Amino acid sequence: MKKNKKIKIILNGKSRSLQKVISVYELIRSLKLSTDKVAIELNKEIINKRTIKNLYLKNKDKIEIVHFIGGG
Amino acid sequence: MRDLFKIANKKFKSRLIVGTGKYKNFSECAKAIKYSGAEIVTVAVRRVNIVDKRKPLLMDYIDPKRITYLPNTAGCFTSEDALRTLRLAREIGGWKLVKLEVLGDKKNLFPDMIETLRSTEILSKEGFKVMVYCTDDPLMAKRLEDSGAVAIMPLAAPIGSGLGIQNYTNIKIIRNQTKLPVIIDAGIGQASDAVIAMELGCDGVLINTAIAKAKKPFEMAQAMKFAVIAGRKSFISGRILKTLHGSASTTNKGII
Repeated sequence: MKKNKKIKIILNGKSRSLQKVISVYELIRSLKLSTDKVAIELNKEIINKRTIKNLYLKNKDKIEIVHFIGGG
Repeated sequence: MRDLFKIANKKFKSRLIVGTGKYKNFSECAKAIKYSGAEIVTVAVRRVNIVDKRKPLLMDYIDPKRITYLPNTAGCFTSEDALRTLRLAREIGGWKLVKLEVLGDKKNLFPDMIETLRSTEILSKEGFKVMVYCTDDPLMAKRLEDSGAVAIMPLAAPIGSGLGIQNYTNIKIIRNQTKLPVIIDAGIGQASDAVIAMELGCDGVLINTAIAKAKKPFEMAQAMKFAVIAGRKSFISGRILKTLHGSASTTNKGII
């Protein structure tokens, strides 16, 4: 896999360009999020957080990152 | 006397569950929870804010190690959305005790019981412990119980309406027919509503708006705490029979 290739992903419904291929873990870290407070869905499939260090994003991937907020 | 609140083999002292929505901020919410004495709070699952990285997080204000988080499916209108939401909630940190609500009516926020029933079956099979928001229909409550629900949560009135308990009879029938805990969810407006819910024999009450939107949320949180305790004690104490005529409290013996 070419890691210096530019890719575009859809992150929480918004398009985002990445200067190089990164792992889901690196994405979470770059967003200053803590992995134990979020859940991740990649192309509509829930991802096991233990696998994200070796899970690299691909062009046009759709990723959703969710957490808990106040609710009734 | 220990009178514990049991849900899916977990035991709690407080029978009041509070929602964490509609507060001005997380710190007000956390303080209200403290005043309410609640040990379980409902939380929602939403996208993280990827623009503002410094936005405060619920988990930084309400410690999930001390307070039981009850992930809910607020805002879900289909079984598919509800299942997706709760599977994600489980992935955040292993939450299996969840509150299912599948709405079917944007105006009144009534649950869609067909979708709710379907979701309950699937989630139970996946190992979730599902507490289910439902209409006050005893037949539906029975179907939910048969589908593996761990708690029946009939509405008192529409969510956020503050109208109080509208159908005493059905709530009581639901309470009497099931072995599961029955928790009044939605529609409580004031402390007396919570007392009535508990006096009807309900095992708990879930309150959000009535506390969060009260002029003094902390005072109201405390009022609800006491109301749930008072109602429960009143229920288990065996009330006197109602009689049409008076019966003097003081003996006539020795009257002057």
